[in-house]
Amino acid sequence: MESALLIHRLHFAFTATFHYLFPQLTMGLALLIVVLKTIGLQRNDPVYNEAARFWAKIFGINFVLGVVTGIPMEFQFGTNWSVFSRFAGGVIGQTLAMEGMFAFFLESAFLGLFLYGEKRLSPKAHWLSAVAVFVGSWLSGYFIIATDAFLQHPVGYFKAADGSLQLASFWDFVLNPWAGWQYAHNMSGAAITGAFIMTSVGAFYLLSGKWTAHARIFITVGVIAGCGFSVLQIFPTGDRQGKMVSDLQPVTLAAIEGLFHGQSAAPLLILGQPNEQEGKIDNPIAVPGMLSILTYRRWNAHVRGLDAFPKQDWPDNIPLLYYSYHIMVGLGTFFVSIMAIALLLLWRGRLFHARWMLWILLLSAPFPYIANTAGWMTAELGRQPWLVYGLMRTENGFSTVVSAGNSMFTLLGFMGMYMVLGILGLFLLWREIERGPEEAHEIVSNLHPTTTVS
Amino acid sequence: MASLWFWIVAVMVATYVVLDGFDLGAGAIYLMAAKTDEERRRVLRAIGPVWDGNEVWLLAAGGTLYFAFPQLYASSFSGFYLPLMMVLWLLMLRAVGIEFRAHLENPVWQSFFDVVFSVSSILLAVFLGAALGNVVRGVPLDATGYFFEPLWTDFKLGPQVGILDWYTVLIGVMALVTLTAHGSYYIALKTDADLGRRARGFALLCWPLQFFLSVSAMVATYFIRPDIMTNYGNHPIGLVVPIVVVASLAVMLWANPKGKEKLAFVASSLYITFLLVGAAFALYPVVLPARDHQYDLTIYNTAAGSHGLNVGLVWWTFATVLALAYFVFLYRMFRGKVRLGEGHY
Repeated sequence: MESALLIHRLHFAFTATFHYLFPQLTMGLALLIVVLKTIGLQRNDPVYNEAARFWAKIFGINFVLGVVTGIPMEFQFGTNWSVFSRFAGGVIGQTLAMEGMFAFFLESAFLGLFLYGEKRLSPKAHWLSAVAVFVGSWLSGYFIIATDAFLQHPVGYFKAADGSLQLASFWDFVLNPWAGWQYAHNMSGAAITGAFIMTSVGAFYLLSGKWTAHARIFITVGVIAGCGFSVLQIFPTGDRQGKMVSDLQPVTLAAIEGLFHGQSAAPLLILGQPNEQEGKIDNPIAVPGMLSILTYRRWNAHVRGLDAFPKQDWPDNIPLLYYSYHIMVGLGTFFVSIMAIALLLLWRGRLFHARWMLWILLLSAPFPYIANTAGWMTAELGRQPWLVYGLMRTENGFSTVVSAGNSMFTLLGFMGMYMVLGILGLFLLWREIERGPEEAHEIVSNLHPTTTVS
Repeated sequence: MASLWFWIVAVMVATYVVLDGFDLGAGAIYLMAAKTDEERRRVLRAIGPVWDGNEVWLLAAGGTLYFAFPQLYASSFSGFYLPLMMVLWLLMLRAVGIEFRAHLENPVWQSFFDVVFSVSSILLAVFLGAALGNVVRGVPLDATGYFFEPLWTDFKLGPQVGILDWYTVLIGVMALVTLTAHGSYYIALKTDADLGRRARGFALLCWPLQFFLSVSAMVATYFIRPDIMTNYGNHPIGLVVPIVVVASLAVMLWANPKGKEKLAFVASSLYITFLLVGAAFALYPVVLPARDHQYDLTIYNTAAGSHGLNVGLVWWTFATVLALAYFVFLYRMFRGKVRLGEGHY
């Protein structure tokens, strides 16, 4: 049983982690493409439209990969977590069905028009289709966050006679207070990925001396958005999210901060390795009193440590949770710093010639992916050992009828499949980046051909 | 309320099969009907603007099933674990085949994705039919409300059934032939010249097979589940179903050689819809029959709480009106026959 549980968890973790590499970029880019198209429409500047068209191609490839890796997520609630689905489906089925009915239909209908309908539509109608895709993808994000929020902090439900959870209040469930801040934090994270990728490609072009007019637009839009969202990521969204964890999941807070023993004037750890065996942090570098200030806004407040909670309620992988959280926070701080410097240089008119900074911006491209992944790992590992917080433990939720062997078989299948998809995706993305934004080549796809005759 | 949701899910599934069915069928004849690169691009363009939206009906139907009948979703998705995972892989391969083919103008690259697209379409059609066969035949549910089916056992309908046995394979082949004909009518409708002629030829070839398999499937179903006729006996209105099925088969036979592709396509859509609605009618109120009928999953023991179902009806209606509006808009935008022109590609 133990090994079946582990494989089912890895199955979901692997497919979810790989899947989210694509939506974080497409949700971020959807917003930035609307920005580019809006400026292009107002100034009637063809360079902005070319820039938007280039990013639409990058968006298109990522979107296809996001769709095909997203379908298994909906299926897995039933295939690998059927006991959980039986337990909570009466509630979370609402948001999952709404995602399909509201967001997917909207996206699938307008995506083709947006990607390939520029010639058939008026500029305004095409702008509108970009907005529809943006709304669809951000709506989709909300339904997923609302579903996750129920697992983190269940509200709006009642327990039926058969033990399953059923919907008591639609609005309480959909407007879960946890969902609000988590959504803001998550979408800001997606916007950071979009902004960093846009900036990075711009820096690559400037350093290569190609398509400089487009590159300057990419960098300008990317740095302004990147700086804004990096700040929002920390304050207020990250701060409020942390406050919610400390209020509603205090044992999780203790684990992510590596606080084995409760104390007054608790320090905030910057570095150090949690040593579970001895219940301490090795090689700590810490800011004294800072954790108390962040948690209770008082430097000498008492923060409860792991020792204040029964061991069976501790998150089951404390080191991984601790590292995920610290990597996320560390990278978040890094994002603010470099984007602030880049913005300063941009304002002084020196960024486009500051080759050292362009190199840093170019090489920063992978970090938002790591930070977003680490953020989700913090949220989901931090929820452990609960599948639905306080109501169902993870060990009681998986499909007992599906053996470890069958689950391993499909996990390996997904690994192989995703490796091929990843290589194909990188290859096609690199080709688009190399071709650049200016070249007058048509978008090649079968989705929405630009010419059909009525 | 649960009855209403039963029919909503049934109609959504039927919508999915009718819509995605024609692009699956187009994939099935793709390698043989479309011989040149130009013809293949025309097939892909005929389904290109709509296949993604068609597939969303599967996700929307699945999501609605999860929301309205969580117990059914949990039991069936875990019980059909292996075939569902294979369906997922096929859906992925197929999407990549359609979308990535055109990114590189290299014959090796394109031939590879041509085969990926066509083979995954064929296998998906067979899997969909086998799934329907499993639902009609019944699955080894026990008192826990769960089951797990291996891919196959001995291909007999003994106590240990697998996903594939002679009956579900029969329904799978029937689904493949039905969807191949359905896709052929669509391609005949959307294209012309040699390609359109070949598509019509495929549909012509499918018809006797489709007729023979329909009759065999009905006889076989009655043979393995005599009780399937109970609802029809109690509610004679259900007899509309076989009448429409037979009539639409006749219309297909008549319309296709006359070049009335639109009529043939509509008849094929009706045929598929009424076959599925007929199956749902025969099963109601059972949603997943057990081999041992005392463990049947019904709308009564699988539905979500009534408040959830009531609330859902409000947003579901609203969302469906929106979705239908998108679809009407999309299909109108891309109506008429496909032409490649003006040097794209």
